[in-house]
Amino acid sequence: MFDFFKKDKTPPAPAVELEKAAPVQPQVPTQDKPTLSWTERLKRGLAKTRSQLGNQLASLFGGGKIDEDVYEELETILLTSDVGIAATLALLEQIRTRVRRQNLNDTTQLREALKQSLLELLAPLEKPLDTSTGQPFVIMLAGVNGAGKTTTIGKLANLFQAQGKSVLIAAGDTFRAAAREQLQAWGERNNVHVVAQESGDPAAVIFDAVNSARARGIDIVLADTAGRLPTQLNLMEEIRKVQRVIDKALPGAPHEVLLVLDANTGQNAVTQVKAFDDALKVTGLVLSKLDGTAKGGVIAAIAQSRPIPIRYIGVGESIDDLRQFKASEFIDALFE
Amino acid sequence: MFENLSSRLQQVVKTLRGHARLTEDNIADAMREVRMALLEADVALPVVKEFIGQVKERAQGREVLQSLTPGQAVIQVVHEELTKLMGQQNSGLNLSTTPPAIILMAGLQGSGKTTTSAKLARLLKADKKKVLLASADVYRPAAIEQLKTLAKSLEVDCFDSNATQKPSDIAIQALDFAKRHFYDVLIFDTAGRLGIDEAMMAEIKQLHEYLQPIETLFVVDAMQGQDAVNTARAFGETLPLTGVVLTKLDGDARGGAALSVRHVTGKPIKFIGVSEKVDGIELFHPERMASRVLGMGDVLSLIEQAQKNVDLDEARKLADKVKSGKGFDLEDFKAQMQQMRKMGGMGALMDKMPAQVAGMAGQMNGEAGDKAMRRIEGIINSMTPLERRKPELIKATRKRRIAAGAGVQVQEVNRLLNQFEEVQKMMKMFSKGGMGKMMRAMQGRFPGMR
Repeated sequence: MFDFFKKDKTPPAPAVELEKAAPVQPQVPTQDKPTLSWTERLKRGLAKTRSQLGNQLASLFGGGKIDEDVYEELETILLTSDVGIAATLALLEQIRTRVRRQNLNDTTQLREALKQSLLELLAPLEKPLDTSTGQPFVIMLAGVNGAGKTTTIGKLANLFQAQGKSVLIAAGDTFRAAAREQLQAWGERNNVHVVAQESGDPAAVIFDAVNSARARGIDIVLADTAGRLPTQLNLMEEIRKVQRVIDKALPGAPHEVLLVLDANTGQNAVTQVKAFDDALKVTGLVLSKLDGTAKGGVIAAIAQSRPIPIRYIGVGESIDDLRQFKASEFIDALFE
Repeated sequence: MFENLSSRLQQVVKTLRGHARLTEDNIADAMREVRMALLEADVALPVVKEFIGQVKERAQGREVLQSLTPGQAVIQVVHEELTKLMGQQNSGLNLSTTPPAIILMAGLQGSGKTTTSAKLARLLKADKKKVLLASADVYRPAAIEQLKTLAKSLEVDCFDSNATQKPSDIAIQALDFAKRHFYDVLIFDTAGRLGIDEAMMAEIKQLHEYLQPIETLFVVDAMQGQDAVNTARAFGETLPLTGVVLTKLDGDARGGAALSVRHVTGKPIKFIGVSEKVDGIELFHPERMASRVLGMGDVLSLIEQAQKNVDLDEARKLADKVKSGKGFDLEDFKAQMQQMRKMGGMGALMDKMPAQVAGMAGQMNGEAGDKAMRRIEGIINSMTPLERRKPELIKATRKRRIAAGAGVQVQEVNRLLNQFEEVQKMMKMFSKGGMGKMMRAMQGRFPGMR
């Protein structure tokens, strides 16, 4: 019964191994490997996704008549990619309509139809982050425990520095043991100043950081927060307070509220987006850990229920593995 | 759109109950609902398919069709199969070996290995075990630091490793240290890794060979989606796992991943993580979880929680007052509410109640209820001790003062006083007429209940 999982074990995805060799050397951020084009990188990061979804699709789209079995198979594939019931049914409905209207009768044409439907769903989420609207431009990060907020901050710092911007990090996770040290380690590697306090109130730490950034003429402030589950109402209240306090330090800030989502998350990601959006008015998403076997299909579910722009996706463990989200490339990489 | 697995299944159950006779059609309808609900709860598709297959087969069997209440019988089947899928009775940790007993932690990045290690250390320490924590996570910055900090707060020893060492060296040294210092248990935390990361999987396999752990625990995020089957398979094929820890169950994910992982690895789920604090770990009870999923309530957990959090003396005093119907004043009213809050508030309580009770509480909104309770506490805090004992003293001027003190409108003070009067009446009724009468009277008289 697991036969369709077995199938994708045959191609051992050699590209992934290459990249994985890197993090084994402790503590060395692996920028020394040649910079690949973005598409290359995404493709490699998504190699597993592709072999999962792609292989199934390849066998499915190999030609032949479109019948109910094909649709059912398609439904299975979408569901196992975490697309979720609602989005899957909607996508299937669209494809059916397309097939009827355009009189498609071969499964190879089905591939284009699916691509088209996915693109229509995901393209509106493709809005790159514009950091020119604030000085300093304050970015607050939020997310559940273990989503990858702190790691993402390190990658973001690297990204903005590469664009020639000055960056300051506020260690707002005052709850988790050694969260501060983790950021400080990142800060040292990247030559970024990290504002931290011995303990205490996250709002206060970030308030200080924003003021310090203003005084020094820093371009971008990255504010970390502790991980929290949306069911912890007191913690959701706390993060709202953090947001209010940032606004006091610099009216109009935070300019961007980024919600970090673990690509491994299932349908709960949709709940997370809703809860954090209701509390904070999330302005952008980061999808982390897309280099695993997770398929990131939950993006489609999110696009359907709460279309918030996806600013970045994390496709690897090394520091420069954070890239802008491009719907067409993302889909192309899936169908490669 | 869909609330969660239990409300979905409750819906199914309701429709099934309505049918006096089961036909193939309405079983198929019900199974489709169950399928959707399980998928929405992130149970992996292959697991769902197999589950549905089994339930269907049994539902069409004689035991169900000949039952007087076939709807009930189907629910029974779903419940039994769900419990079966979640695993048999849980045995906890197995530490029966020549000390040190070694526990190896494995899992994806961010699944909660380090936090779980600390939680286990705390449990074992309470069991009078001499515990050593060790971390071989040399990749994530400050990961070792995190475990050391947690160990310090728990007053448990932590092996002094650092990020420049090789994980295998740390394993050998920590083991040696644990032996020489006569530790009972060594909990060995490792870096998060992906199942497809062959180098990293080889590394943990090597660690396993060095350590020869008696327990190899696979830590899984309850929010994980369909991919849980792949991850579980990768880890299960690399390591001889002995159990699973399901973390972050205090979120609103229904934990479908639990079913997937359990199904793929065949290993028992031993513990669940229910809070980010170090005491947030519980033994996993498959039958309770199945009941909860089906909306049959998790009353056992509720009782345990009550025992843990409620001050017994206080509760007894209160109960006496309630029984006699005398001397129940606003101070007690407040104490009662505080106890409720200690147990996680209305929302958390209702979560564990059987569906019928939760339904009877009507459109009760846990969050609003909690908020209302806090307001009431504020109002009571603005009263003098005399006023709390003798609420009948409170007339217009006092009301205005109390309202100003609590920052509310006078009307709210009035409402509280009325509510309190009702509760008092209820208490008297209770002392005379017992529980049933009280439950009927309760509707509409609690904050948040409408």
